[in-house]
Amino acid sequence: MLSIKNLHAKIEDREILRGLDLEVKAGEIHAIMGPNGSGKSTLAHILAGREGYAVTNGSVTYLGKDLLTMPPEERAREGLFLAFQYPVEIPGVNNVYLLKAAYNAIRKHRGEEELDAVDFLALVRARMQLIEMDADMLSRAVNEGFSGGEKKRNEILQMLVLEPKLALLDETDSGLDIDALKVVAKGINKLRSPERAVLMITHYQRLLDYIAPDFVHVLAGGRILKSGDGNLALELERRGYDWILAEAAV
Amino acid sequence: MNAVSAAIRPYAEGFKSLEPVLTRSAPAWLTALRREAFARFANHGFPGEREEDWKYTSTRPLEKRGFVPSLIAPGTIDVDAIEPAFLREIPAHTLVFINGQHAPALDTAGSDIAGLRIASLGKALQQAADKLQAYFAPASAWSDDPFTALNTAFLRDGAVIEIDDGMRLEQPLQLIFLSTKQAQPGACHPRILVRLGRHAHATLLETYHGLEAAANLTNGYAQIHLGENAQLEHLRVQRESAQDFHVNRVRVTQQHGSRYVSHTLNLGGLWVRTDLNTRLEAPEAEAVFNGLYWTDQGRHVDNHTRIDHLAPRTRSDELYRGIIGGHSHAVFNGKVVVAKHAMKTDAAQINNNLLLSRQAEIDTKPELEIYADDVQCSHGASIGQLDEQALFYLRSRGLDPETARGLLIDAFAHAVLDRIATPALQTFARRQLAAVMGAS
Ligand SMILES: Nc1ncnc2c1ncn2[C@@H]1O[C@H](COP(=O)(O)OP(=O)(O)OP(=O)(O)O)[C@@H](O)[C@H]1O
Ligand SMILES: [Mg+2]
Repeated sequence: MLSIKNLHAKIEDREILRGLDLEVKAGEIHAIMGPNGSGKSTLAHILAGREGYAVTNGSVTYLGKDLLTMPPEERAREGLFLAFQYPVEIPGVNNVYLLKAAYNAIRKHRGEEELDAVDFLALVRARMQLIEMDADMLSRAVNEGFSGGEKKRNEILQMLVLEPKLALLDETDSGLDIDALKVVAKGINKLRSPERAVLMITHYQRLLDYIAPDFVHVLAGGRILKSGDGNLALELERRGYDWILAEAAV
Repeated sequence: MNAVSAAIRPYAEGFKSLEPVLTRSAPAWLTALRREAFARFANHGFPGEREEDWKYTSTRPLEKRGFVPSLIAPGTIDVDAIEPAFLREIPAHTLVFINGQHAPALDTAGSDIAGLRIASLGKALQQAADKLQAYFAPASAWSDDPFTALNTAFLRDGAVIEIDDGMRLEQPLQLIFLSTKQAQPGACHPRILVRLGRHAHATLLETYHGLEAAANLTNGYAQIHLGENAQLEHLRVQRESAQDFHVNRVRVTQQHGSRYVSHTLNLGGLWVRTDLNTRLEAPEAEAVFNGLYWTDQGRHVDNHTRIDHLAPRTRSDELYRGIIGGHSHAVFNGKVVVAKHAMKTDAAQINNNLLLSRQAEIDTKPELEIYADDVQCSHGASIGQLDEQALFYLRSRGLDPETARGLLIDAFAHAVLDRIATPALQTFARRQLAAVMGAS
């Protein structure tokens, strides 16, 4: 589904990604862990199509297509979804309005009919119930004045409504209380299917208690330094990153 | 011949040719008033850039046009083209003007209401000019404003609206000024006289609507008086063609406890200057000024506002927002003056601007003059661009860049339109904005 080969990328002349390789197949759940500033969000942004990064080498293929030449909206319509580490507040733009516009843009792209307002609202309500989200969040402006946890939950709502093929979750668990974490994990597990894949960036093992990953990767210094299964995360929890960095330096 | 007189010549010739027509049935005081006003205009000439109020707006483009007086309202008019100017959301009492002259055939009369008098100024002057003399009696604080002088010199038509004490009008009043193509670009000078009695409530909508290729000057002047506890919601939608010139002055006086709420939408015109002033003359009077200017191409739009707090416990709240694109130029100058004895004044002013292109330009200047103690005054101005992060966020959800930009611009604008209290007027305003934004 997603194939990243030898990816190098710069921000303002600073090389952040330095030869990153990653393969994600349909049905898989991957977790990426790594020290602060190692380039995890940079990777997520580049995959979602954010401007300001210069890819200097390597390639990214998504569903057989060259991802890097696609504009962000096309990536979204092709089923890629990024839950932002820092969701953006957009005053004056209604939350449900954006959801509907996004949903219909994706349907239109697939050649499907737009859903009418009543059916759409029913769908959104059902998804909100799943993640125990307050109905009045819908009528508010996108993320405006939302608490940190509410913003993360709103990202998950969007994900559940848009049903992406590949979901990138950038620290969606950070800032969530214990109950919220369980609820959000439930949402992510709901999305799990043989046709979909999930790539979660996280700092904590606790998320992985609820969502068992198939693979765990350590991203440091702009590269994947080590990959393993769920046990790697447990080991990282115990030992930190130093031993991996030391291993890599040898 | 020097430059000033060259600029004035077309108006002098126009005045000379029009005066015999105007004086025919006019009382002596009116003829004297017009003559005196024209002399004042001729003496002063158009304002120069040296004048503080004209620092960022040059009248040269206007001077070069040499407008002749708009004389004749054309016989036929494209009904479809003027349709968008009409408030259709709810029934309204409407007067329509073509190039400054009342066109009764296009009016839609609301039901007859005792306690409301609404008529064209032309008709009112013919029937009982002397009754109107009081409106012109007080020496205008704007006597040194050449555009006001010009408006008075060519005083001919417009509207008179008088609402009796205690009268609460449900139906909005609408004045529609259409600018249509003439043999030669023409100038018209509509005058609007509004008086609300004590405790009277009303809603007034003015639309300045341009038909394609009209390149006229509309130089309007409105004087509005609110009696004790009167309330007026006043929406002005200025949407002439991108060749039109538009000058508009609104001057309000407010008595005890009155509330004046103005919404100014500048959506069209090549060269636009509007001045909105209110005098809060008695305690508890309140003014709310909302404005939205949207400029594109090489258009120029200048908004000057002034609020005089002249009595204790008066309040004002001002929010003007600008969306400035192309290589257009917008100006905002908001003055708030708090007189010495106007204690416990509460005044807030905000001006936000969204620049959509590198060539777009904004000059914004808040001016606070406070001579009283114990007041609460605040002001703020901002100039920014569309939020790149928000744009990316929207695109990452599948929205194309145009839709995403439109959504953000809309959100910016709607903060102003949301402040329109009368639902039908808010819908109308949104429709007007959508029409110009959709066309750009
Ligand atoms: N616009 C920018 N200009 C300069 N440096 C940047 C910019 N954006 C990110 N960086 C740098 O790139 C590096 C990688 O940042 P990134 O956000 O990808 O880290 P991360 O792995 O997601 O960290 P965290 O775990 O703290 O979220 C950091 O050193 C950061 O300071
Ligand atoms: Mg990060």
